[in-house]
Order: sequence, then C-alpha cells, then structure tokens
Amino acid sequence: MSKIGVFVCHCGENISATVDCESVANTASQIEGVAFATDYKYMCSEPGQMRIKDAIREKGLDGVVVAACSPRMHEPTFRKTCAEAGLNPFLCEMSNIREHCSWVHEKSGETTDKAISLVRMLVEKVKRNKPLNPIKVPITKKALVIGGGIAGIQAALDIAGAGQKVILVERDPSIGGHMSQLSETFPTLDCSQCILTPRMVDIAQHPNITLYAYAELEKLEGFIGNFKATIRLKAKSVDHKTCTGCGACMTKCPSKKIPSEFNEGLGMRTAIYTPFPQAVPNKPIIDRVNCRYYTTGKCKVCEKICPTGAIQFDREDEFITEDIGAVVLATGFNVLKPDFFPEYGYGKYADVITGLQFERLASASGPTMGVIRRPSDGKIPQKVVFIACAGSRDPAKGIPYCSKICCMYTAKHAMLYQHKVHEGESYVFYMDIRAGGKNYEEFVRRAIEEDGAHYIRGRVARIYEKDGKMVVKGVDTLLGAQQVEIEADMVVLATAGVANGGAEDLAQKMHVSYDPYKFFAEAHPKLKPVETNTAGIYLCGACQAPKDIPDTVSMASGAAAKVIGLFSNAELTREPTIAVVNRIATHDVSTCVGCFLCETACPYQAIEHEEIKNRNGEVIKTVARVNPGLCQGCGTCVSFCRSKSIDIQGFSNEQMFAEVMSLVAEY
Amino acid sequence: MSNEFEPKVVAFVCNWCTYTGADLTGTSRIKYASNVKIIRFPCTGRIDFMLLLKAFANGSDGVIVSGCHPNDCHYTSGNFHARRRWMLFRNLLDFLGIDIRRIRFAWVSAAEGAKWAEVVNETVAQLKDLGPYTEYQKATEFLVANENELTEEMEANHA
Repeated sequence: MSKIGVFVCHCGENISATVDCESVANTASQIEGVAFATDYKYMCSEPGQMRIKDAIREKGLDGVVVAACSPRMHEPTFRKTCAEAGLNPFLCEMSNIREHCSWVHEKSGETTDKAISLVRMLVEKVKRNKPLNPIKVPITKKALVIGGGIAGIQAALDIAGAGQKVILVERDPSIGGHMSQLSETFPTLDCSQCILTPRMVDIAQHPNITLYAYAELEKLEGFIGNFKATIRLKAKSVDHKTCTGCGACMTKCPSKKIPSEFNEGLGMRTAIYTPFPQAVPNKPIIDRVNCRYYTTGKCKVCEKICPTGAIQFDREDEFITEDIGAVVLATGFNVLKPDFFPEYGYGKYADVITGLQFERLASASGPTMGVIRRPSDGKIPQKVVFIACAGSRDPAKGIPYCSKICCMYTAKHAMLYQHKVHEGESYVFYMDIRAGGKNYEEFVRRAIEEDGAHYIRGRVARIYEKDGKMVVKGVDTLLGAQQVEIEADMVVLATAGVANGGAEDLAQKMHVSYDPYKFFAEAHPKLKPVETNTAGIYLCGACQAPKDIPDTVSMASGAAAKVIGLFSNAELTREPTIAVVNRIATHDVSTCVGCFLCETACPYQAIEHEEIKNRNGEVIKTVARVNPGLCQGCGTCVSFCRSKSIDIQGFSNEQMFAEVMSLVAEY
Repeated sequence: MSNEFEPKVVAFVCNWCTYTGADLTGTSRIKYASNVKIIRFPCTGRIDFMLLLKAFANGSDGVIVSGCHPNDCHYTSGNFHARRRWMLFRNLLDFLGIDIRRIRFAWVSAAEGAKWAEVVNETVAQLKDLGPYTEYQKATEFLVANENELTEEMEANHA
C-alpha cells in the first residue's frame, strides 16, 4: 500500500478564493493510499517546503502530490524539495488546481469538486510512479547565434568574451541590423553608427567568433547541448577569400538603379554591392535578381575590372553542418508595410514616409548626407507631421499591441528635425505618450518644451495632396474633438513593429513557440524571459516583442549569461522521460516482436536493433532497444506498439490509464 | 444547483502546446465550463486511442484531444501521427458504432488561451445536446459480464 502525501496550496488567495482548499485536503486524506494530506497558504515558500520535507521524513512518504500551480511553474521546485528530504524526485507530481481550475472557474462546489478529482488523478498516477535517475549527456560548448543585429552582436560578444566558441549567422550581406540604419538614438542622441560599428568590427576580429553573413539556418536537429545545425551559405558570386574589398566593381557596375534596402528605398545601389560603407564583412556580393549578367547573360564588367579575380558567377549555395550546444535567437523585427494604410496614402504620395525612412534622411551616411529633404522634389520641408501609433494599438487592423519604441523615436525625429531645420514646424499626432524608461519622459518634454514640437492628442483620419502639400486631417481630442487640418510638406508614419519575415518558418524549424503575431514566445513572461520552451534555445531582442536598444542589449546579455551558465557544466542532466522496451525476468526475454513500427514513428532515430541470443550464441529474435541519449520522450512509439512492449517512463501506460479511470469513475 | 445534465469530459492534451495554452487561459482569467479535466501527455503522438475507449467505457460523455498545430510539434512529427491516427480511427470507431461526435480533435497552441476556452465551451455545449453517453458503457459492461460465454461461443464458431 502506498504512503502518499498530498499538499494543497492556497497560493495566497489565487486558489483559495474559488476552491475550498481545506475540503480538498480533507477529501484527499480519505483517498486509498494517501497517508497524509494538508493545506497551506504558500506551499512554495520556505515554511511550505519544510512541511513537505517534514512529512516525508516523519510519515515515511513514498510519493508526493502538490496541488498548486502548473507543473510548468514549480515542478522543479517541489521535486528538488522531495530530493532534499531523501525521496526520489520523480515520485513527486503536481496537480494543476490553479491555472486549470481556480483561475478559470467561479467559486462553487463544482470548482472544489474539480480540484478534488484533479488531485485524485495525480494520486493515482503517483501510486504508479517509479524512482528514476536523471540521464547524463555531454555538451558541445559552441553557441549558434541567429541574427546579426545589435541583439545578436551583443549576445555573440558576451559568449565569446567568456571564452566560448560562437557561430553568428546573418541573413543579409552585412551584420548591423536595424540599428545600423538609425541616425541618432534616444534619449542621449548618440550617433547610432558610432556606437555600433566598433562592435561590428569586434565581431569580425574576435578569435572565438565565426561569422557567416549572407547565410541562413536550414535545419536544426538534436537537443540541448547536442544540436546539429545545417547552415545554408547563400551564393555570394564573389570569393571573399581573394576579394580585397577595394570596391572597384561597385563603381563600374552598370545596374545602378536598384532601390537600396539599407536606405529604405530612398537611395540607389548597384547589383554588386555592400549594403553600406561600414558593412561587416566589407566585401560585396552580387544580387542575382538585378544583375545584368544573370538576367540577360551578358555583362561581366565586374569580372573584367576585379584586380584579384574574385568574381565567381557559377558559385552555388553551400551547406555546412555544425555541432552546437545552445542557440540564441536574435532575428529582430521589421516595420509594418505602410501600404497597410490606404487612408495615409503611403506609396501614392512620395512625401509620406516611414520612421525608418526618416532615420535614413537624418543620417549623415544617408542618401541626403543628413540634410532633411523630402523625397518628391528634394526640397527642405518647412512643416512636417509625425503620426504615432500608425498601426499599433489598433485592434481593428489586427495589431492590438503597443510597439513600445514609436513614442520615443517620434519625439527624437521631431527633435532632430527642429535641430536641422531651425525655422521648420513639427506636429506630432499621438494617442498617449508612453515614455517609461530612464530619462525618457525628460527627453519627450525636451522635444516639446525646448525644441517646440507641437503635440496634438488625436488620430489622423486622412491625408491627401493639394498643391504639392500633404493635407493632414485629424482631430484634437484635448480641444473637445476639434478638427485639425495641417498642410504639411512631409508626413512621417511611426509604423508598428511587426515580426520579421520568415519568423514563423524559423520557429517551426527550431520547434519554439510563437504568439499570434509571430513573435517568439518566452518560456515564462516574468521568470524565464530569455528562455524558450525548447531547452537550449534562448531568445533576445525584438524577435520576442518590439523593444528599444537598451532593453535589447540587456536581454542579449541575459541570454548570453544563460548560455555561458549552461556551458559551465561538464555535462548535462536530462529528465529521464524516455521510452524503454520491456525486458522480462533475466533480461533475455522481451514481449517485443521486432516489427519495428516504433522505428518508423521515431523522429530521433533512437530505436536500435538488439539481438537476443541463446546460450549457444544463436540469435533467437531481434527486438527494439531505445538509445537513451537520443530519445526525447515524445512517446509516439508507445501508442504505435502493437504488443505494448515499449513504454515511456513518467507517462507509462499504467499511469495514463489510471489517470483516465480516476477521472471517469464515480466516487 | 440546477438539474441540467453535466457531461463528464476528459481532455487529452500535449505538454508543449495545449497544456501551456490552457495555463494561459488561467493566467488570462478566462472562464470556461468546469466539466473538462485535463490529462497531460508529452505529445499528442503519445495519445493511444485505447485511452479514449477506456474513458468512454467507464463513463465519459466526451473527450477532447488537442495538441500543437501542424508543423509546430515540439517533437517534429508527433501531431502528424496523431492526426493520421484520428483520420483512420474516426472511420473505424464510426463503423463500430461509437458516436464520433463525442470526440473533439483540436489544435490549440501555447499562445491560444482564449481558443482553449472556446474549444471547451463548444464541446460541453454539444455534449449537453447529445445527452449522457451510456450505449458504449452498456456494451462494455455486457462484454465484460459475459466474457466466458462469449469466448466459448466464438471458439465454437471458429471450430
């Protein structure tokens, strides 16, 4: 007969407000096999844990059920508690009476009854739990960082600085990301490139960092400490080993009218190009879609001009595989395509631009050398309207969230504009000003009070052209919804931050969760912000949600710290939730018939063939065997097995059937 | 307390998507019917349909099977196996006389807390319309009670 202890947590009032915890404990104490049951206000607190330890020692418990929050929250906590009291940690299970009961139902007898049956279910499971030992696996001490923006750069430098090897993969021809496009940064007005480019150079020069620019992750297999990454090195058509980066090819390339991605379409580039002069690596690639040779079969001017013979038109994509111990996702964000707003006329009117385009106009390295000129005729605009929340906080348009950075960069834009065009007038339409952050509110006040930006609280309904001016029709809600009409020379939309292109594909390749807006999901919103639900894969920066540079850099250092922490272990311990093929009696008999359906089901190639021999060494039969290092414990093989010879530890057939029976039986 | 029929529903969910999604329903304080009780599995691929039959045989009025959306499986392909199993078993169970309207198959991701509440409420509403499920239970009880005679009869027929 089992001696199980049941510990019911009130979670302050989170559970006890709707569930009668005392009654749950009393009823639980009547369940067959339960030797002890109690309730307490905070079971996870030090005195709560002491109650569990004392009960294990005093009552000689051989199983523990903690009825509290989700096991995803505190299972490790309570298993550790049990281990400290000398009970095998895998004899402890959690009954989720908070997320799955008290928080989703009203206070009633039914809610308490449900909590009781959830407890009963786990008691029936724990009766059938077996002591297990964690599996030890080796770690490959090399990290893969995906994305070479400021997030990936910071994470890579921190990990490399701790003496670990890093592979940095960047999709574009150069690292730098959106930060390299920015003019100056809030709230200090530091020149973005001045603070970023030295770090880019550090990446290129660091002995522990291997940079693959113009490359993408093709495939990721394996598990924490033991991933295998396949990386596609996209064909650059230029051999970067022999190329010296002299740039002669770029000056002679005849395809000169390609809108530059770096300049957000406000400047032009050639078909053989580096995105910007400070690019890392600072060697060109050929854009095959726009190259005259690839489209017409004639040209090859770059090949003729190249002094080192580095042009290689016949290069193809190459694939390399790397053994990796941990992955940091730092793929960043993008801004909403402004054709989302027909009412603002983006695309129709050249002088309606995005915030990112304004950054390029204000940047000393931009197409206008930092002089604010409007795109249509190159004139210096005398009146500029900035529209905050272009797309953000608009459930009707499908983006209910706040993009977080727009209030600040719009204030910065207004300020930069006033600094560069002294006699100019700037107007900012806003919903609310969200300036939470060190020196942020002061920065916005400075834009309004010292630089004289006119802030109008209200939305813009429509923009149309009249005599070369952009007529902005909006409303001022602080003046009693009074209509406002401004004839502007240029309009800047602070478009919503959205998940980067390909985020969903990447998440599926890596088996990490993502939210409805395709931002990657953290493992816990408060306590595990840089972890994903997949062990060994971490995330940082705007791929998780829109965020500014200081937040991105702190998060990147956080993710790096997690990787360094992981790598500080000689080996990893993994939960022993793995499949096992039964072996009866003296280990030379198995009910396995050797059909190997399990082999076809296994996504990890963890099923091996094992020969059972008699005393004379003759093979009696071949049965399946699970490689414990490869098995990840999905249990698909278990439901495939015709003879029920394979089972999964921790979610065994016996346990699962007992759980079902306890839920449907009448008590 | 109303005397309205309250169906007993067992939810078989995977650890990575729907279990976490149901946690999010809780964190977001979205209310749903308390008839549904969740059993955690590592993956929908692990959910043996014998478990569903066991639930029906012992008094469940309906079941929910839910996991990660196609392509989102934590274990790459477990949910595809579950989907294929459902496609095959659906016809077989239907042929055997099991009311497949009582099985709800859903995809609920870790981010879809609201969707989980919808799935639960819709399933409970449909089961209330269908009423208690006793036919399969009765058949099972009959088979168990008459196991010996039935076996003899079968063997006699076979001979």
